[in-house]
Amino acid sequence: MSKEGTHQIGQRLLPWLPPLGLIILWQIAAQAGWLSSRVLPAPWDIARAAWKLSASGELWQHVAVSTRRALAGFAIGGSAGLLLGLATGTSRRLEILLDTSLQMVRNIPPLALIPLVILWFGIDEAAKLFLVAIGVFFPVYLNTFHGIRSVDPALIEMAKSYGLSGWRLYRDVILPGATASILVGVRFSVGLMWVILIVAETISASSGIGYMTMNAREFLQTDIVLVGIILYALLGKLADLAARGLERFWLRWHPGYQN
Amino acid sequence: MDINARETHAVASSAEGGAALSLHGIHKRYGEREVLRDIHLDIKPGEFVAIIGRSGCGKSTLLRVIAGLESYHAGSLDFDGTPAAKSEDTRIMFQDSRLLPWKRVLANVALGLPAERYLDALDVLTQVGLAERRLDWPARLSGGQRQRVALARALVHRPRLLLLDEPLGALDALTRIEMQTLIEDLWRTNGFTALLVTHDVQEAIALADRVVLIEDGAITLDQRIDLPRPRARGGAQFAALEERLLQRILHPESTPGGIRLRPLRSTLVA
Ligand SMILES: Nc1ncnc2c1ncn2[C@@H]1O[C@H](COP(=O)(O)OP(=O)(O)OP(=O)(O)O)[C@@H](O)[C@H]1O
Ligand SMILES: [Mg+2]
Repeated sequence: MSKEGTHQIGQRLLPWLPPLGLIILWQIAAQAGWLSSRVLPAPWDIARAAWKLSASGELWQHVAVSTRRALAGFAIGGSAGLLLGLATGTSRRLEILLDTSLQMVRNIPPLALIPLVILWFGIDEAAKLFLVAIGVFFPVYLNTFHGIRSVDPALIEMAKSYGLSGWRLYRDVILPGATASILVGVRFSVGLMWVILIVAETISASSGIGYMTMNAREFLQTDIVLVGIILYALLGKLADLAARGLERFWLRWHPGYQN
Repeated sequence: MDINARETHAVASSAEGGAALSLHGIHKRYGEREVLRDIHLDIKPGEFVAIIGRSGCGKSTLLRVIAGLESYHAGSLDFDGTPAAKSEDTRIMFQDSRLLPWKRVLANVALGLPAERYLDALDVLTQVGLAERRLDWPARLSGGQRQRVALARALVHRPRLLLLDEPLGALDALTRIEMQTLIEDLWRTNGFTALLVTHDVQEAIALADRVVLIEDGAITLDQRIDLPRPRARGGAQFAALEERLLQRILHPESTPGGIRLRPLRSTLVA
């Protein structure tokens, strides 16, 4: 292998060095008894707990439940945000009618609604979907609105003078022009989606990752709590990767996304 | 102008080929500022007219009025003897190429084209010499290539009136001359009427049958260019004309008091 190649692989591995070192230190500290397993179990124990949970299928069941909730909430809130953003972005009248109200609601943090949501829906599925949907709605709505409004008017004028109007103008010029901004909203709300779901599940649920960790806490199973936390991190990363994949695909014309 | 004269225009430019254009006393204001004052201009089918003038004198506004992108406050605009331009017969090429960055080159050229004429887009792209770049994103093209794509996009609609707003402003000298030759060739083969806004007096003389000077919103000179084509820039006649036009632009015959010139071709309307 050439010198260049070795150098490149070194570059690739470098960012993984600190976490790896940390895990090794942590393992040593736990084995030496410097860390109580109630506070922080050894990495190896966490891995074993994860293995046991996944072998019994329990883990996958919780992951599936949580993922379904996250995606359903995202689909509801995201599409509502997209449609409303498109509507108020396109029509001044609808903007005047709706935007002030939406801006007012936007200032309420979704998690502040938890007591109300529990009163409305109990600890039902609907409660979690509602919270995720509300949280996801605003980033998508705001960025869609902004995206539509900031499409280059010169391009719209050009397209109109070349005979485009109505749906064709929308499809060929306005929507693609707003895509970059819409995807910023999607990426942001995908992150928010997990945060809200975690809180919602730890407060009231009878299944899902949040429930699993809260349950484990009651039995002082710190290793399982940590498995849950790591799972959230992984799922969040996965969702972000998916959103980035969308960006790379839909914005492949954009010089900023060409490799 | 009477009805008969209009009909003669319409007949003279039947269906194919260039459109006749006439502007009568066009006025245009932005707020208080009068940007176009009493513009009279008659352009024959297939004629190539260049519009020159200082920055801010109203050239783009005039072009946008003709393209129907801007309203006007007084006067009338006839297209082949009928009021109001038929937008499918007029195409404008902007100074910035205004390609859609999310469409590949060929799709940009085919913008607004009915599906059954999609192949025409490739033909025209070949004419401007960019067929092999048809699947590139516009961001990957050079400035001159983008302008050629924009030119192809305008031409594919077989316009009878092509409006060019400083299309070559941002190009280097060599590419400019290349593009000028291209535009002249396409104009000669397709026979459309062309209206070119430019800052470059040499470019105007090289391409146009007539050079129109706009000063402060009004037409103050309408010079016929009778040199044989293709025009060699080095020629003595060419140089003399260029010198005369430049002198005219740099030293307007107005008095220091600032009295505006009367339009020289006001008789043209009759
Ligand atoms: N949308 C607008 N609103 C207000 N004023 C405008 C607008 N567009 C143009 N103007 C004014 O009209 C005048 C003529 O503008 P125009 O763009 O036609 O100039 P131009 O001759 O094309 O100049 P350049 O050679 O720099 O392109 C300028 O004084 C400009 O400020
Ligand atoms: Mg201009």
